[in-house]
Amino acid sequence: MKNSKTAASRSQDPSEEPDGKANPGLGGEIRGKIGRQLRDMYDDVVAQGVPDRFVELLNRLEKQNEK
Amino acid sequence: MKLDPQMREAVLAAVPSLRAFAISLSGNVDRADDLVQETLLRALVNIDSFEPGTNLSAWLFTILRNLFRSEYRKRRREVEDGDGTYAESLKSQPEQEARVEFREFRAALAKLPADQREALILVGASGFSYEEAAGICGCAVGTIKSRVNRARTRLAELMSIESLDDFGPDRATRAVLSGGEHS
Repeated sequence: MKNSKTAASRSQDPSEEPDGKANPGLGGEIRGKIGRQLRDMYDDVVAQGVPDRFVELLNRLEKQNEK
Repeated sequence: MKLDPQMREAVLAAVPSLRAFAISLSGNVDRADDLVQETLLRALVNIDSFEPGTNLSAWLFTILRNLFRSEYRKRRREVEDGDGTYAESLKSQPEQEARVEFREFRAALAKLPADQREALILVGASGFSYEEAAGICGCAVGTIKSRVNRARTRLAELMSIESLDDFGPDRATRAVLSGGEHS
């Protein structure tokens, strides 16, 4: 798979800028992309709603506590 | 004690976001759901210590975050390579865990130190203010800001390397270019 050579194979940080400065144009675009991906990834889970196990858990706990 | 219906509804309403936070932190759905379950248990046991009128969601996030961090510390002692374990868990179950389209992003996220990762998620995805995130993480607002900043910079570095790779067989060219910059 083409994308399987992900970050793991490159762990020793080849990303340090030689002069310590990031390219502002590239950086801005990539920062926007990072923000979107972070939210997309997060919202993907939020959209799954509340799994049944948690509703059942609350029911069970409340029943226990009634005793 | 029994939750009043309003409280019960508010707790359940927080679950999707708690799961998203837990999955983003741990990279593993099963572990994340266990964390959420443990969070709800603790929340109900300690419901009296919640101050009505304050942010319930932030309170629940604080419980989950502290559970995760104590578990993380424990694992780190047990296995030595905390981050390596996390990366390994990503590799072993990518399909079920995380949709493939987010895999590269998750791999990059996994490389961040835990304190930067949690700060970035709280502010950048959960929608908490810097002040709220500072309260959840038990640190100063300035610390959160600097963690978020460093996390973004680090991710930008990691992701720009990913996207450079997309341009194809140009590694040799890049090696030459970066060699040139170094000389």
